[in-house]
Amino acid sequence: MGLRNIIVTMKVVPKIEELEFDPETKTIKRGAAGNEINPADKNALELALRIKDRYGGRVIVVSMGPPFWEPYLKLAIAMGADDAILVSDRALAGSDTLPTTLTLSKAIEKIGDYDIILCGEESSDGGTGQVPSGIAEWLDIPHVTFISDVMDVSDDKKAKVKRTIKGGHEVVEVTLPFLAAVELGCNTPRFPDFRRKRWAEREFQLTVWSAADLGLSPDEVGLKGSATTVVDLEEVKPPTRLKKKYTGSAEELADKLAELLKSIM
Amino acid sequence: MGGWKGIWVFIEQDDGVIEESSLEVLSRARVLAEERGEEVTAVLLGEAVAGEAAKLGRHGAHRVILVEDPILKYYTSDPYSRIMARLIEERRPDSLILSATRNGRDLAGRLAVKFRTGLIAHVVSLDYDDEGLLMGKVPGFGGNIMAVVKCVKGRPQMATVTPGIFDIKEFEGEAVVEKVDSGLDPEQVKTRVVDREIKELIDISKSERVVIAGMGTGGRMELVNQLAELIGADIGVTRPLADMGLAPRDIQVGSTGVILKGSLAIVLGASGAPHFVSGIKDMGTVISINKDPEAPIYEYSDHYFVGDIFEILPLLLKKLREG
Repeated sequence: MGLRNIIVTMKVVPKIEELEFDPETKTIKRGAAGNEINPADKNALELALRIKDRYGGRVIVVSMGPPFWEPYLKLAIAMGADDAILVSDRALAGSDTLPTTLTLSKAIEKIGDYDIILCGEESSDGGTGQVPSGIAEWLDIPHVTFISDVMDVSDDKKAKVKRTIKGGHEVVEVTLPFLAAVELGCNTPRFPDFRRKRWAEREFQLTVWSAADLGLSPDEVGLKGSATTVVDLEEVKPPTRLKKKYTGSAEELADKLAELLKSIM
Repeated sequence: MGGWKGIWVFIEQDDGVIEESSLEVLSRARVLAEERGEEVTAVLLGEAVAGEAAKLGRHGAHRVILVEDPILKYYTSDPYSRIMARLIEERRPDSLILSATRNGRDLAGRLAVKFRTGLIAHVVSLDYDDEGLLMGKVPGFGGNIMAVVKCVKGRPQMATVTPGIFDIKEFEGEAVVEKVDSGLDPEQVKTRVVDREIKELIDISKSERVVIAGMGTGGRMELVNQLAELIGADIGVTRPLADMGLAPRDIQVGSTGVILKGSLAIVLGASGAPHFVSGIKDMGTVISINKDPEAPIYEYSDHYFVGDIFEILPLLLKKLREG
């Protein structure tokens, strides 16, 4: 059987360890931090490419973000995606889960002809994992979250996916078309092929859609379309700790630690 | 908004066993409901769970909506979300609160879109403001910052609560249990569990002592296991070890994993990433061993041993065994 489109949602995130918070202005200083493709989205793309290798179909990456994400989408092309679309519009800024899932679902509908949609389980910056099942609801298709593999796609339009659960995993049978959220670290994303990378950087034409291209009105998206609002940001102060430092030979340290453990237990 | 009343709590179960963090949420919901003069309804879906439904009053439910069907034995998104959506449409609760387990998050994301409503995800606190808007604190950017988030649109107002944040409480009185038909046509169900493999897991959010392995252990767990066994501790890991598949996420410590609440954490070879340290901030005493004299984890430690875990641990184990 040949699968129809396999669509992968992708986000670019700042590298968390490089972010700084300014407690005075209550803003996050993103400037200093580098960016990367959200790690779980890379696992989703890798899984999509593996599904394509087995069952056919075209892998299309879709993203909602600012124009500077273009090189990251080209990186996805270099990894093996067949096409990439960036939904980019100032009106989308400030969108919470509701308008974000609406926008991505509209983009997916516009791409059309899909059998499988894969998302990363959550983004490393927002990290709530509510987007995948939200997209599935807009599209009115079934979904499965926290999957580590698509084990089988059968001719009767059903797939078996491996889902991580408390203490192990289960196999869920799901009807096509479906959406799945892919677990971070479940596979090793491939490195881009050098030639394809050069082609992607020089020749590949990224498709860019605006909110209007998706038939979205400004009221439906951005802050206006959001159903939650951030009313304050608080810096989390580290708890007061004793901060006693011990140095010395391994023998001395082991002695001190043994004593310490005996005294507090 | 007219007609939207009361707090609902989704009670998760797996093959008849109630998820404990659902009871944490239920207990918190009861406290909030009493402040607001409202009722708490626990919603329980499962195969044969009437016995469990009867016990929910003890943990805060005034009422229980019970739906039993063989298809509901294990959680899967399609039947669960369809039944929940129907119940919400018919009965219009003001708020729906779930535990932020895998299944709770899976269900919440879908229902929030279904009702075009606000969802505050993974909160570590939960309150209502003076206007009755649901309000929660959400750790962001690895736990360095807390965002205070409100639901400003739609009903039911929704939130998922990080497991381990609230305590399970005991309340007087019994809940009124109402049984509702699932209305499911098995032919129409689009997701179903066909196989599963699970092992018993220790819930480390309840552990008094936890030995935590970081990247500095290289995932070699023999010494870690021995130390844990000697001092009667359970084992946790940092996120990179879970990312690499060396340990299940269920024992990952930090803002995207488990928040520890016990008395002693021994942190082995973890640098102290922001998302990790939020998982140990409530531990009574934190002891760390790290090669790097200046690793960020120092700031979060009571006792900081600068050295090689693979040299120190064998000696430590020997001394502890000798008494």
